Amino acid sequence: MNRFARRAAYRTSMFVLSIVLVVALWEMYKVVGPQDGGKLFGAGVLPRSNDTAMPHVWTMLSRYGRPEVRGSDKRVWVVVLEGAWFSFRLSIVGFLLGSSIGVGLSILMSRFRIVERGLLPYLVVSQTVPLIALAPLVALWGGKLSIFGIEWPRWFSAAVLGAFLSFFPITVGTLRGLASAPAAAVELMESYAASWKQILLKLRFPSAIPYMIPAFKLGASGSVVGVVVAEISTGLKGGIGRLIIEYAREATADPAKVFTAVFGAAALGLTMAGVIAISDVYLMRNRPKETTS
Amino acid sequence: MKKSSIKLAVAGLAALSLVVASCGGSSSSTDTTAAAAATTDECVTPTPVKLQLQWFTQAQFAGYYAALENGYYTDMCLDVTILEGAVDITPQTVLANGEADFAISWVSKALASREGGANIVDIAQVFQRSGTLQVSFKDAGIATSADFKGKKIGNWGYGNEFEIFAALTKAGLDPAADVTLVQQQFDMSGLLAGDIDAAEAMTYNEYAQVLETMNPATGALYTADDLNVVSYEDEGVGMLQDAIWADGSRLADAEYNATAVKFVAASLMGWAFCRDDAQACTDIVVGKGSKLGATHQLWQMNEVNKLIWPAAAGVGMIDEAAWTRTVDLSQNAKNLEGGTVLTEAPDAEAYTNEFVTAAHALLTEKGIDINGASFAPIDVTLTEGGN
Repeated sequence: MNRFARRAAYRTSMFVLSIVLVVALWEMYKVVGPQDGGKLFGAGVLPRSNDTAMPHVWTMLSRYGRPEVRGSDKRVWVVVLEGAWFSFRLSIVGFLLGSSIGVGLSILMSRFRIVERGLLPYLVVSQTVPLIALAPLVALWGGKLSIFGIEWPRWFSAAVLGAFLSFFPITVGTLRGLASAPAAAVELMESYAASWKQILLKLRFPSAIPYMIPAFKLGASGSVVGVVVAEISTGLKGGIGRLIIEYAREATADPAKVFTAVFGAAALGLTMAGVIAISDVYLMRNRPKETTS
Repeated sequence: MKKSSIKLAVAGLAALSLVVASCGGSSSSTDTTAAAAATTDECVTPTPVKLQLQWFTQAQFAGYYAALENGYYTDMCLDVTILEGAVDITPQTVLANGEADFAISWVSKALASREGGANIVDIAQVFQRSGTLQVSFKDAGIATSADFKGKKIGNWGYGNEFEIFAALTKAGLDPAADVTLVQQQFDMSGLLAGDIDAAEAMTYNEYAQVLETMNPATGALYTADDLNVVSYEDEGVGMLQDAIWADGSRLADAEYNATAVKFVAASLMGWAFCRDDAQACTDIVVGKGSKLGATHQLWQMNEVNKLIWPAAAGVGMIDEAAWTRTVDLSQNAKNLEGGTVLTEAPDAEAYTNEFVTAAHALLTEKGIDINGASFAPIDVTLTEGGN
């Protein structure tokens, strides 16, 4: 077994172990925790451990195998998977949009200091606007706006909100990364009469990658959060956010059902992080070559 | 060859004009002008109409879905798109912004928007009665709103709480001192967990959720015998709920005006269909992708029917007494912060029965029972989880 495969096996087993640990903790709390919650000075401190608040893990898992509603031949796992896939595609669109905006802005800001000074405060302010205040506004663009003759579809509003959350960390991370090229190296390039574009592509971007990868990871999870919240807020049909809120309405009588959708959302976030991790491995593999050459 | 085809075309045109002429003749005999516009049989391009709902697809809106599915809108030459609601979508705002042509909203909330400057008009009061309840377990001993004293009373907030305050005021209780008001989630887990003594519930939704839950003490579902129900309609503080609202600024426009009549007529036809066949309507709603279980939807359909039928003055007619009561309560029932829904009475243009009256003329012509005097609710057996 080579080193790479061994590491992969180790990582997988750790991942499985962590899930087993969480499951064990959950079930242990159900055994020892107070049924109706623990109170300290009249305020609820310990969560309730009864079956409505915390269904058994096997109840939740078996819920996946049962039909979504009686008489429907669609099982919950199919519905959740479809919802997650729908939201995943939106998140990817939002992430791509957010990263192009983010990288574009950071190039602009690194090129012109005045843009950075003028724009950065507004970018910070933009992130303090609550997403749920923005969501209905952006949702209304659906079916109303058309750009170059292409009508703005409703799903695109959710993707835009995903982009809204993802572009900021990417902008800041890339900006910091672009500025990280050693001054001596920049001066050397300049002494060779390298153009701004050449310096950007050959020096600044390669040295920015270690800063960009974590920024893109943040951006990717931001995109997922943005899309799911937008789905909840605007009721966009088909996604995991909509499923969460639809199933939450049945929380009284069918508490396990809500968790199936919540796990779907978690899996979605993990998948998204996984996609970035793969690109991380790919980009970083080229790294030594660049630094040694 | 060519000549004969021209002849055929001429003959066709002649026949068509005859049809049109005969239609014009029949419709001019009816007296209301709005009805005349609506009965014209020809339909070249259907008028696009967008209807904004308050929430996701469910039996609460079955009448509109039935009208869509059964082609009542198409028959009226309308191309209706139903827009679902969501957490952050306010139908009356969507309507006032021109994103929808009609919207479904509760009267008190819509009037608050009207007071805020949204020019929207109630053109059909579909739900004649309030469906809000305060549900508690028998052992809490809450049979009327007077029994709220000293209890933990759940309420949803967001403008859904004013019937509670009106009932408290009517019972001579001080909302700030005599009861503990608890912010309630839009489900019944607070009641079941004992955090709330009496929880706010709609007859057609949350109340059913309790009845769909297993009672751990008996191993069977909770039954109506386990529960006490305070109905705000019966307490005399019911406020008008689901109504069709139109854009007031466009009502002067003859085309929109005629569309409104047709839309109301077809929608009411949908509701009449649902009254007569609750099961078929439930199937339509379930088919439209509602995630709520089928028996829960049937229950909801049946309860919604009870809020609409029988309609003594005809379905959709705005009852002046109920309207005045809703307005009075909106002005006078103070919540904890001392706020009311409305600061002053809405102007007379806030509602009109003109469209319902014209729609009734159309429906009567079609032989549709607009009163439902013989309406009898069905019996729905709920199952665990509503599935």
